[in-house]
Order: sequence, then C-alpha cells, then structure tokens
Amino acid sequence: MNDFLSFIINQVIPHLNTGFFVSIKLIVPSALLGFLIGVVIGALRVYGPWPVRKLCNFYVAVFRGTPLVVQLYFWYFALPYTNFWGVRIVMSATACAIVGFSLCSGAYHSEYIRGGLLSIKTGQLKAAQALGMTPFTSVKSIVLPQAFRHCFSGCCNEVIYLIKYSSLASIITINEMTGIGRGIAKASFRNVETFLVVGMYYLILVTLAGAILNYFERRMEIPGFDRQVR
Amino acid sequence: MMFKKGGLDMTQPNGTGPVVLEARGIVKELGGNTVLNNVDLTLAKGDLKVLIGPSGSGKSTLLQCLNLLHIPEQGRLLLDGTQVNFKKKTDLYLLRQKVGMIFQEFNLFDHLSACQNVAIALRKVKKQSKKQAHDRACEELARVGLADKLDLYPAQLSGGQKQRVSIARALAMDPEVLLLDEPTSALDPELISEVLVVIRDLAKAGMTMLMATHQISFSAGLAHEFVFMENGQITEQGAPDALLAENSGSRTRDFCAKISELTGAEA
Repeated sequence: MNDFLSFIINQVIPHLNTGFFVSIKLIVPSALLGFLIGVVIGALRVYGPWPVRKLCNFYVAVFRGTPLVVQLYFWYFALPYTNFWGVRIVMSATACAIVGFSLCSGAYHSEYIRGGLLSIKTGQLKAAQALGMTPFTSVKSIVLPQAFRHCFSGCCNEVIYLIKYSSLASIITINEMTGIGRGIAKASFRNVETFLVVGMYYLILVTLAGAILNYFERRMEIPGFDRQVR
Repeated sequence: MMFKKGGLDMTQPNGTGPVVLEARGIVKELGGNTVLNNVDLTLAKGDLKVLIGPSGSGKSTLLQCLNLLHIPEQGRLLLDGTQVNFKKKTDLYLLRQKVGMIFQEFNLFDHLSACQNVAIALRKVKKQSKKQAHDRACEELARVGLADKLDLYPAQLSGGQKQRVSIARALAMDPEVLLLDEPTSALDPELISEVLVVIRDLAKAGMTMLMATHQISFSAGLAHEFVFMENGQITEQGAPDALLAENSGSRTRDFCAKISELTGAEA
C-alpha cells in the first residue's frame, strides 16, 4: 500500500502535471474557437442565404458524421500528402489537434445555437427591424443574446465533452495527460495506479470547468431567463 | 402610375397639414392569397386614422406594409412626398426609423431592461452615445409614466406597462408616423385604459397615427377618420360620426354594433 502511494506521488503526479498543462493548452483554444465557429455557423444555418445554409449544413454533416479519431488522422497524417493547386499544408501536431477539436466542437455547438435561435419568437426580429436595425444588428444585438441564454447549458455540455476528447490528441503524438499516462504505464507496467490518477485528473478538470461555466451562467441570469421553471 | 381614384372618395388630409405617408395601390400576397388588393391610404400630419374590420381583413398586413416589414408586390409608398425604393435596403431602414410600429404582442426585447429596450435602437441605429441614449430613454419612459420602472425587465412588467415601454421605444426614434396594431388586444381589461391614456395624450400632442383597434367608442372620440377594411380592401372611410350615425346604413356601423354587443361597449 505504501508502495502504491509513493509510486503515485513520486512517479505519476509529477509527469502528469506537465501533461496537464499540455492538455489545457489544447482545450482552452479549442473551446473558444469551437464556440466561435458554432455561433457563426449556427447563425448562418438559420439566417444565411440558401446556398450558404446548405454549405454549413454540409459542414455539420461531415464533422458530426465522422469519428473524431479519423478527423485527427486526416489532419495529421493525410493532409501533408494532399496538394491543392501547388499548396501543401503541413501543421504541427498541436495545431492539428486544435484545428480538429475546434471544427468538430463547432459543428456540435452550431446545432445548440441553431436550436436556441429557433426558440426566439419572430416578433423579436420584427420589432428590431421595425426600429430600423439591419438584419445583422438585429441578430447580433437582439436575437443572439437571448438565444445564447437558452442554449448555454447545451454549449457547456459540449465544452465538457471537449475536455474528454482532448485525450485523443495522444494518438497524434501529443504528450498530454493521456499520452503521458500511457507512457508511464508502459514503462512501469503499473496500469492500475496510473490510469486511476489520469481519470482523477480529468474528473478534477471537468469539475473545475463545470464550476466556471456555472459561474458564467449565473452572471448572465436576468428575470425571464433565470432557472426558475418557466 | 397615376394616382388612381377608387370608387370611394380619397382620404382628405383633414386640412391639418402636409401629407406625411402615402400608400398607392398596395397589393400584397401571402401564401398564394391576395391579402391586400389595391389599397390606397394617405396620412397627413397630425392625422389619427383608425383601421377597423373583421379579422383576416388585412389590417395587420397593411400596417406591416406601411413600414415595409412586408414588402408589397405592387404599389408605391411615399414618405414626405419621396417615393421609397423597395429594392434599396438603406431606403427600407430609413423608412422604418421614421415610421414607428407598436405590436399587439408588445415584442419587447426580453433580455433588456425597460431603459435598455428604449436605448438600444438609439445606440445601434442612430449611433448615439451610451449616455445620450440612456438619457433619452429615461425621458421617454417618464413620458409614458414609467419613470420608476427603468431597470425592470419585461418579465417583471404588467402587460399595460410593457405596451407603454414599447410606445416609448417607438417614440424615442422621433418617428413621423406611428402605426399601432391592436395595441390593447392582448391586455387584461383593467390594463387597457393606461395604454389608451398614453395614446390619447399622443393624439392630443398631434402625433400622426394609424391604429388598428376594436376599441370603437374610445377611437370614435379621437379619430379624424375611420377606415373600414374587408377582404383586403378599404370599403368605407369617413368621419366616425358620419359612419356610425343611426341612419348611415354603413357596413362600419353594422360591424361596430356587432362587436359592441359582444364587449358591452357602446358604439
């Protein structure tokens, strides 16, 4: 038992701590970028002109319809072999992971945002336009702030998912938490200790993220958009 | 296209001032139905005209065509004598700023306080500073008797208060014309009067208004003219006294008699 704890404290935790920050560096930009993509694509899917709407639907269909592992493989292993009009794109493993996570996350976010936008009554848009606002301003200043409050819990869910699927970065050679954990386990054959701690790290990360998102949700609360039963 | 005269007398602008808003031969189709069929309407400065008619007669659609929330298929719209180009977006935005709209369902922005509801268009459309817009919003809300409700959200206001905020919101844009689409129809009976008082004060202050309503007795006392619509056309128009007179035999009188039987109000 003593050995169990000392192995965790001396071997697992110090290494995982470095992996923890690598994970954070993947998760934070991907979450922000993914959300941004989700808002833009979600709004275009509801209010965009017909061809743009179709194009965005296609994007969502592709990125929700293929496994994230395959997407990551494509960005990291396949993209360097493609050649578009003489341009060859080679990205670092970290860049590949962030691009892959953001695009995938964005597709899911856009679905939540779209649902939120559709839940806003057309009267809001009409009233905004009756005051002389352009469609862009009406959506940006009137509809989106309301829609966002409706779909925030869904978007939080997506961020939580993202934290966990960031572990897939380990398969494209990134040494984030899961990758480091796998390394320790392979070298020491002590799978139980290692993966228990790795799991706990994710649990802590998700709990932390949940608390932060919860704080934002409370801050955005206003009468009519609060958590009371409507 | 010439100014076409229908079988009816053209609206006379009551001799009160120049023509502000003029609609000629408006045709609007929605879902394959002709909702408006060649409608002409003129509003002179200071006019208060009241639109009445059975539901489905095209009152709401006409109002929404007049500030181009619906773009008519045919016809012309002139604001201060200048024709509005329906195809030009900036023309639409400009017209909507000058022609305010009050909705039956209030349509307040639910995520903004009363004060922000009034201020947002000033900031986003008229590009006023935060302070300037806020001050104007306070002023307009005080005018409709809501000076103490500035920071309340729509969910915290009664129906009558919501409608008064929406009137303040429209007035803050300094509109030349105010269109009111059954402003009291969604209100509890005891809240109607507080909105009617505001509308009466506006009328007395000389605001040019076109109002669709079922408040016959109220509007008969204020309106310069009743405009009766049926099946997408204006079938009768004239002074309320004339149309509602015992021996007028007008369709308007029939209709008003019918709805006042139901509501108990005297025509």
